[in-house]
Amino acid sequence: MAFRTIAVRTAALCRRAMATEAGSTFPLTFSSPTSALFNEAAVKQVDIPSTTGHFGILPNHVPTIAILLPGVVSITTEAGDIQKFFVSSGTATIHADSTVQILAEEICDVADIDGNAVRAALEASKSKLASASSEADKAAAQIEVDVYEGMVAVA
Amino acid sequence: VVGGGHLGKQWYQRRVGKQWYQRRVRGVYGTGAESLYTKNEFESGEDKLILAISSDRGLCGGVHSGLGKAIKAAHAEKPITKTIIVGDKAKAILQRTMGDTFLATFNNVGKKPASFTDAINVAEEVLSHEADTVDIVYNKFINVVSYDSTTKPIPGVASIEANDAIYNYDEVDSEVLKCYQEFTLANIVYHSIREQECSEQSARMNAMENATRNAGEMIDKLTLAYNRTRQAVITRELIEIISGANALE
Repeated sequence: MAFRTIAVRTAALCRRAMATEAGSTFPLTFSSPTSALFNEAAVKQVDIPSTTGHFGILPNHVPTIAILLPGVVSITTEAGDIQKFFVSSGTATIHADSTVQILAEEICDVADIDGNAVRAALEASKSKLASASSEADKAAAQIEVDVYEGMVAVA
Repeated sequence: VVGGGHLGKQWYQRRVGKQWYQRRVRGVYGTGAESLYTKNEFESGEDKLILAISSDRGLCGGVHSGLGKAIKAAHAEKPITKTIIVGDKAKAILQRTMGDTFLATFNNVGKKPASFTDAINVAEEVLSHEADTVDIVYNKFINVVSYDSTTKPIPGVASIEANDAIYNYDEVDSEVLKCYQEFTLANIVYHSIREQECSEQSARMNAMENATRNAGEMIDKLTLAYNRTRQAVITRELIEIISGANALE
């Protein structure tokens, strides 16, 4: 079993070394329960906000599992234009065959964010956090504050 | 209108067309969510929890009974100890033989299309019980006239960590894996519930269309019999009157 682990790690290292000479696009699936924005579409690069840091994904990225924070997912399509979407939370999976699945709970186009509405909502959620009593309420209010802060940063 | 078969082919196609579009969207999400399990072999643990997905409403052909049959067959092959039931129909079907395995049941299912929040509630209930693997049993939508009961095994966090394949993935630690697993389970449960609704709706439309057609045929046959009888009675009365008149002359 140790031998198998070593072989597996060596293969992973080889993949990392080959990253620079890879093909220029990889298939991205980016969707939420209600909308499928990209379905195995070829894209050049995706930047995602995750709990382990904000990082960019290029073809032949090391296989990874990541949890998304509220923030902006920025996709560089094959044509070269950059599309930005705000996600509330979710997961990102990068597989060994270079396919990437980003599944978010809620997605909205950055252009659709109304700055004033979001700032007002942030104030309301901050006061909710201050007045929350139980652990569950505090956690829920904190999540709201995090999401709105993310949105205000982008609006 | 439950069936809508009598409203014509176009209405039928439009209604099903909307389901198909929504299903394509959900399909992307559903396939994406289970990508980790389909691309890697994780062994199913021994300790299984069955999540049966049906609904409260009947009149949909063999949808719920097919599901019940699949679960009972699995139970006969290897006894199941833990089940969570979504929907009163499955609960009624499995109550007698497997009633003691029920950990939780959900009802008020099927009147409106399920939302992601509903899926989260089910997933939270599932995660609150210990199990190596969760087997989701539901009806997969194949096309407008056919569906099939399917079992989807979702390995638990412990099974995944025990398997070397997961360490191909960077940045994997217990915390990330647990978060990932919870969200992914909610996604897959959502996808399964919506697939089940789709299968049920098309099965219901087919069943209602058949029932309408059978009733129509019966009406035609009975109308013919009625007319024949009525005419026979009139003819007999005429004959009696005419022979009576002849006898008087």
